[in-house]
Amino acid sequence: MSAQFTTARARVAALDLNQANPADPQGFVDDSVGLLFARLRREDPVHLSHSPVPGIDTYWSVTRYQDIMHVDTRHDIFSSENGITLMDFPPGDDQKLRMFIAMDPPKHDEQRKAVSPIVAPANLKNWHELIRERTCMVLDSLPRNETFDWVDKVSIELTTYMLATLFDFPLEDRRLLTYWSDISTANKLTNPDAPEPEVRMAELRKMLGYFTRLWNERVNAPPRSDLISILAHGEATRNMGPLEYMGNLVLLIVGGNDTTRNSMSGGVLALHENPQEMQKLRANPALVESMVSEIIRWQTPLAYMRRTVMADTELGGKQLKAGEKLAMWYLSGNRDESAIPDAQRFIIDRANPRQHLSFGFGIHRCVGNRLAELQLKILWEEILRRFDRIEVVGEPVRVCSSFVRGFSRLPVRISA
Amino acid sequence: MLKITFIAYDGTPYTVEAACGTSLMRAATDNRVPGVDGDCGGNCACATCHVYVDPAWTDRAGVRTASEKDMLNLVPELQTNSRLACQITLDQGLNGLVVTLPESQH
Repeated sequence: MSAQFTTARARVAALDLNQANPADPQGFVDDSVGLLFARLRREDPVHLSHSPVPGIDTYWSVTRYQDIMHVDTRHDIFSSENGITLMDFPPGDDQKLRMFIAMDPPKHDEQRKAVSPIVAPANLKNWHELIRERTCMVLDSLPRNETFDWVDKVSIELTTYMLATLFDFPLEDRRLLTYWSDISTANKLTNPDAPEPEVRMAELRKMLGYFTRLWNERVNAPPRSDLISILAHGEATRNMGPLEYMGNLVLLIVGGNDTTRNSMSGGVLALHENPQEMQKLRANPALVESMVSEIIRWQTPLAYMRRTVMADTELGGKQLKAGEKLAMWYLSGNRDESAIPDAQRFIIDRANPRQHLSFGFGIHRCVGNRLAELQLKILWEEILRRFDRIEVVGEPVRVCSSFVRGFSRLPVRISA
Repeated sequence: MLKITFIAYDGTPYTVEAACGTSLMRAATDNRVPGVDGDCGGNCACATCHVYVDPAWTDRAGVRTASEKDMLNLVPELQTNSRLACQITLDQGLNGLVVTLPESQH
């Protein structure tokens, strides 16, 4: 346990909860936010939180599993139309990205249905061999007996390959997808290292330019099975404006990139920290399947989703007013002992491993969930065939964000 | 105990016993019937317990709830006899119920 974490623990224990602001990315950088959530679940599970960041300001933090389930399934009261992150759009901003995750029915349902088939399990059969082939190639190329960054060499590489395949995106440019994914979630107001907003928008426009070229190619060709072709030909999506096209691209790029990437890294760290679970896995490789769900719970690569209250309502004994916003802290719900026994422990063969919140529930539930599980399953099957253990040999560096919960660096070593 | 039969996508039948008052989803997951996932644990929040009710049983299985309609709206291969198994509570009238399973749950 790092000294940084020990200090953070003392700080959280002494904190006046009126000052609690779980959306402060610092708690994610030093990984102390879990301690704060444990206090909130116990002492004030639906908590009125204040952020000094303009545009975030005041928001409710929903921290218990069942309350999160309630909010996620009542899309009639808790709307997604004002976005899925706590940052408000500037008033009168007509430049906001439109994406189906940030829409309510019926438009949400139409657009989601247009992209859903490509990641439906029936279609995933077509990807199996390709995913395995690329996973083997990446793992076989890893250095032995020397320290390298698992995030860069494995997690980013594999998820970017997958994304390029889904979009039928030129493979040689695939790292652009990672770059755009990072750019689109970067926020200058909460991360000083992030690019200025104008720079960010300029980069996103470049992304739009690139994808518009691909769109024009695909729209003039017969329909194919890649996502861009599906969007360009789909009845519900072919008339999207540029901002809506860009919004949905960002959604699919972040959704297919940041999330699986960080579960790929988080799993390595979790197994390093829990050697007895690694032993279990070695003894019974069939546990890979339930372990994948456990890794996704444990990592919770998207820490929350925001909703906007549409009508006055009560939640966990608190009165929520129309117009207020809230964060469903999936990361907290996934550690809620009242819903998940031994939630604070990483257990690869736990009962009901799929009942975690990481994919969300209700109509916005992750559309790529089965693809994500498949990628992780194949990764771990192939790791088990090759390596005795993957040793984490330095402090992981965590992403400065309260939305994307992940790693920018994970130094590891594999012995020969 | 009631007898319930789940017919997998490949045609394999799985007949299980379940008590009155349990949900059709639990009848499958408690007996490890492959092809019913039940990710949300019965909250009508994920659509991974999608089944097709045998036409002889559709009347007795009841009608879709409002939230069930919302979730079924998102499943691939929706049919008129599509239901979410977590929204069907088993009673004596459903003894012998037959449902078939979709190719996969999503």
